[in-house]
Amino acid sequence: MAIFINETTRIVVQGFTGKIGSFHAQDMINYGSLVVGGITPGKGGQTHLGLPVFNTVKEAVQQAGAEASIIFVPPAFAADSIMEAADAGIKYCVAITDGIPTQDMMTVKNFLRRFPKEQRMILTGPNCAGTISPGRAMLGIMPGHIYIPGNVGIIGRSGTLGYEAADQMKRLGIGISTSVGIGGDPINGSSHRDILEKFEQDPETKVVLMIGEIGGPQEVEAGLFAKNGMTKPVVAYIAGLTAPEGRRMGHAGAIISSAGEGAAEKVAILKELGVIICPTPAAMGETVAAVLAKM
Amino acid sequence: MDIHEYQAKDILSGYGVKIAEGGLAYSPEDAVQRAREIGGHVWAVKAQIHSGARGKAGGIKICKTHDEVEAAADYLLGRRLVTHQTGPAGKVCSRLYVEAGTDIVKELYFCFLVDRSSERIVMVGSAQGGMDIEELAVTNPEAITKIYIEPAVGLQDFQAREMAFALGLDAEILSHAVKTINGCYRALRALDVSMLEINPLVVTRSGELVALDAKMGFDDNALFRQQKISELRDKTQEDPREMAAADRGLSYVGLDGDIGCMINGAGLAMATMDMIKLAGGEPANFLDVGGGASAERTEKAFRLVLADKGVKAMLVNIFAGINRCDWIAEGVVQAVRKIDMKVPLIVRLSGTNVEEGRRIIAESGLPIITAETLAEAAEKAVQARNDVVAKEAAQEI
Repeated sequence: MAIFINETTRIVVQGFTGKIGSFHAQDMINYGSLVVGGITPGKGGQTHLGLPVFNTVKEAVQQAGAEASIIFVPPAFAADSIMEAADAGIKYCVAITDGIPTQDMMTVKNFLRRFPKEQRMILTGPNCAGTISPGRAMLGIMPGHIYIPGNVGIIGRSGTLGYEAADQMKRLGIGISTSVGIGGDPINGSSHRDILEKFEQDPETKVVLMIGEIGGPQEVEAGLFAKNGMTKPVVAYIAGLTAPEGRRMGHAGAIISSAGEGAAEKVAILKELGVIICPTPAAMGETVAAVLAKM
Repeated sequence: MDIHEYQAKDILSGYGVKIAEGGLAYSPEDAVQRAREIGGHVWAVKAQIHSGARGKAGGIKICKTHDEVEAAADYLLGRRLVTHQTGPAGKVCSRLYVEAGTDIVKELYFCFLVDRSSERIVMVGSAQGGMDIEELAVTNPEAITKIYIEPAVGLQDFQAREMAFALGLDAEILSHAVKTINGCYRALRALDVSMLEINPLVVTRSGELVALDAKMGFDDNALFRQQKISELRDKTQEDPREMAAADRGLSYVGLDGDIGCMINGAGLAMATMDMIKLAGGEPANFLDVGGGASAERTEKAFRLVLADKGVKAMLVNIFAGINRCDWIAEGVVQAVRKIDMKVPLIVRLSGTNVEEGRRIIAESGLPIITAETLAEAAEKAVQARNDVVAKEAAQEI
């Protein structure tokens, strides 16, 4: 099952013919993802990496049956590309682009809300590493080989910290159903809570590992959902114990700007809500292993 | 990106927000000249630093004579002011804003900011101005009014009126208040403002609504389309190491500890710093070298970390995804050879081509301490730091 993507998901790449888009499109094809083409306005009708190029996402949906898209468009134009995907009927979209203005993301979220929920495109990212259902499909820029198929769902804001988690689990022989990067921006397509809901509905996922960080309300909102809306155990690690208040730690959203946004405070609240806390970032694998062993 | 009070006021007055008459001064003579031009009998001499709570830190002086203006300017220029927002290092004042004294009847709090939970802009106000709003939110949350703005249609007049009434403003001043609030919102939307705070917004004896202070922060991601705003950047108000890092495309935050860090990815960087702390150490910095860590970039990152003379050991933690460990290892070896490092270096590589990377480090002949896991890397870094400190202590005796 997995969530969002599998081996039959028909994928298109927005920003297909650019350097970065080309590189990762090839990597996704090599992994086994069903890439059916790409979009570069003005280059429609050409062939790239042996696949058709379309002028618009609509054409890609009509002619190639595109269901999912991945965005490598530069920050100034990325919001527009996301909205184009939503309008064309894409079901799931990953935005890799880092540096999209916050007001543009507000416009995007507002645009998405216009669609009735069952028709609304799901967006993850921006500023993320993408999504992978190991052994089936990769819609992202991660090193595919560090993930093995299995029953643990991963949600994370950071790319490399997500890799670290997958690597720790691989060393212990633990596999992943799907790993979803939600990105490090203050306003993002899907929250930790949104993805928890998807994992709760996925019969293949038994445990979810949520990798959060300082800043914003999403980890606590996810904790409330884990307590009230989930039967599956949720394991969490929150990065940023040493982060001082008011300083941006790399990610645009990783900033403690009000009470309750620090790592220690989030951990205390999550613990109270029954979320299992990883004592250190080096213990993500073993904490998940211990939970699995008791099931 | 933050700007100064005088810059924010200049912008806001262009959007119809009333401000007191004032001028910029770089010297005590300038300050007196500004006071003369403004006229009157009372002036505020205000230190221009990127921080709130300047009053408490002694950065705002009320003067009644030109001599007092001169003395205040002389005192403030070049002074390092410490507030709870600047951190212990404080910020140096090199510009002053001299402003006409305002006859205040009522002080209010007013701001706009991006609310991450609702993913909307929220307007926040309180009739209890001049206070720390965070403090007020804890002690008396009912005294704060929040109004959320629908992004598709923007701020509506009824919302501005609702805020004006919540601020306790009289009917005579209502249309002016609506104009002020609308002006702030238009500035926010047009200029990609992420935070706009007027604290205090005051009602004067002559019945006007005046922004007595103004603080604006801009979305760094949007600066590419805000050329004029980018030009307002005052680099003297920012940490020189952070600026140098940003110019090189690196993300750096200086901290108080003594274990230097170089990591790829913001989340992994924070996690590695957490691990150092849990192992009994304190990180000297946050440094994300990003995805494409070339040899050149690695060297720049090393120089940046080691420019902090308090660093007693350095930890490199790289999880290579798109990157390759062998490339990283070569960059590290080159950097160490070029820089002549004096402190112990701990390197942990993981991911693509890790075996090859480890071989390059081992065969370099350099005294690099290697680690396989995150926990091992942090423990070894703390151990190396403790050894250096013990050795220094022994030498002193």
